[in-house]
Amino acid sequence: MANAAIATAGAPTRPARYGSISQSRRWALRWSYFFLTLFAIFFLMPPFYMLVTALKSKEEIAAITNPWWVYSPTLSNFIELLTQNQYLIFFRNSALVSICVVVVTMLISVIAAFSLARMKFWGSAALATGVFLTYLIPDTLLFIPLFKMMTFVRETTGIELVNHWWTLCIIYPTLTVPFCTWIMIGYFASIPKELDEAALIDGATWMQTLTKIFIPVALPGIIAATIFCFTVSWAQFLYPLAFTTSTTELVLPVGIVTTLIKGDVFNWGQIMAGALLGAAPPLIIYAFLMDYYIAGLTAGATKG
Amino acid sequence: MAQVSLRKVIKKYDEVLAVRGVDLDIADKEFIVLVGPSGCGKSTTLRMIAGLEEISGGDIAIGGDVVNDVPPKDRDIAMVFQNYALYPHMNVYENMSFGLKLKKTPKQVIDQRVRTAAGILDITELLDRKPKQLSGGQRQRVAMGRAIVRDPKVFLFDEPLSNLDAKLRVQMRTEIKKVHQKVRTTTVYVTHDQVEAMTLADRVVVMNAGLIEQVGTPNDLYHSPATKFVAGFIGSPAMNFIPCQLEQAAGALRVRLNDKLAFPVPEGRSSRYSAYAGKPSLVLGLRPEHIAETRPHTEPNQHDFEQMIEVVEPMGMETLVYFTINGAEVCGRVNPNAGATAERPMKLRADLSNMHLIDDTTGKVI
Repeated sequence: MANAAIATAGAPTRPARYGSISQSRRWALRWSYFFLTLFAIFFLMPPFYMLVTALKSKEEIAAITNPWWVYSPTLSNFIELLTQNQYLIFFRNSALVSICVVVVTMLISVIAAFSLARMKFWGSAALATGVFLTYLIPDTLLFIPLFKMMTFVRETTGIELVNHWWTLCIIYPTLTVPFCTWIMIGYFASIPKELDEAALIDGATWMQTLTKIFIPVALPGIIAATIFCFTVSWAQFLYPLAFTTSTTELVLPVGIVTTLIKGDVFNWGQIMAGALLGAAPPLIIYAFLMDYYIAGLTAGATKG
Repeated sequence: MAQVSLRKVIKKYDEVLAVRGVDLDIADKEFIVLVGPSGCGKSTTLRMIAGLEEISGGDIAIGGDVVNDVPPKDRDIAMVFQNYALYPHMNVYENMSFGLKLKKTPKQVIDQRVRTAAGILDITELLDRKPKQLSGGQRQRVAMGRAIVRDPKVFLFDEPLSNLDAKLRVQMRTEIKKVHQKVRTTTVYVTHDQVEAMTLADRVVVMNAGLIEQVGTPNDLYHSPATKFVAGFIGSPAMNFIPCQLEQAAGALRVRLNDKLAFPVPEGRSSRYSAYAGKPSLVLGLRPEHIAETRPHTEPNQHDFEQMIEVVEPMGMETLVYFTINGAEVCGRVNPNAGATAERPMKLRADLSNMHLIDDTTGKVI
């Protein structure tokens, strides 16, 4: 950077072939590359450390060597994790919970957002704001009343809701539905009003307008909301910690912490291997759906 | 049979009256254009006919049946929107057949109707394309095609040409007229462009501030406007309005514009105008084409006068000249070779046989 600056400053007699716009653009690019590299290093450090540690043997982790390098890489942590522990059960629970939550959330929030954004009814604006306000309440404040509700259900109906992985499918949507609804309201609002009026005149019912026009047109938004929803349920820690205790009912983040940390003994190699494997599904989903995330499908609907 | 009739139709948004009692009868196969400045209630009226807005009072009937509470899909109408409103994820064929598919029309019928409509609009080769691959004019054609395939009782157009550039607009205007000649369907067309209104309509409805000012054929509106608003709205450049007084002199009525300038009223009109002699707040309405350069030979009711020209606008086939009389800016259309020069006096001739006298207190043409 400094060299480049000196070189440019030292050459004022350069022919004015390039305009000042491209000059300033070049500088802007240099700065953005600089900061992008900085941030990339900063954010990739922890995953790199995870990978390095996961590939080390117990002895190498305990030994005082360079923490950023593996001298004798081994897959023993991964093999032990996948064969001896309940890791696969946690993985299955996490997957089932996340898929259920995504399905439940998207069903509720797409329909809710459509009605709030388009079917102007009495109180729809207040309801939309209410949905957003719900999202602003942190989950750390909500889990105690939620727990109370669960025990209340048990006392009145006899149905045991605590300590089941499927209970999480009911609890997570309290976090995901408000936010996804809010995203979708914004997305639906950006679809020209004439589009649903045209559908209405063409003879579509509200439900057909939603399924045949809105969902296909708002697909990028729906995918964005789905990704968000999946990430939240996959990474959720507090609720499963509070609501599930048996090892067969645990999800990944809680499972790793409760089974791989015994008292003050941290099984670092397996913890890192587990976390690394656990981070894979969201990563894969992001990689595949990124294009949709960015695509602008509404182009050409109205005057372009 | 698809007459449309509106009876005392009212639209209220909260406390604001957008449409204040509209009465209108549209005959079967008629092409009606609603025209007026923005906010005059023309689009609201159209949307009420479509069923996209609920009506706050009165009755709307299509084909003899009152449709006040009938949802849009059961009114048997088709609408073309200003921004086309094509479904972006469907190709042209799917866009056009969407309504028929929802009605569970047999596939062969759909195919035949879509291809016929595409033929009429000359978009057969575009059927596989997505809306974003089409130009503005092509999109507008597809939007019209979507309306045509439904074979509705009434076509509704909501400013369909406003998003197109000037040249394409003229082209599509002709296109719409041709389509209406081929597919004779009752049509209600909303525009703020009086040229579109004049060229397309069987009858034009001029609206202002939520009320109908006048209904009539384009020529009616142009030559016999009922109000000052219609007189000023229809025609480009707009009609000149010059404050004047009516005076009785030597047994003849004269329109006095200022100390120097006074024209005798055409004979046939004296009896109609005489009651207004000496009254204040009268306005003389004279179209620019009735103020031209002076010529050697005079027809009845033509009067020469001289004015200092302020601005000259050459248009090619004519030249517009602007000058001030009695505080009002006046426009005249002169021959390009008449030698009009800014800040020079020019001999002009006013043709009073097409004059209008307006009572400015009521806004009505006398």
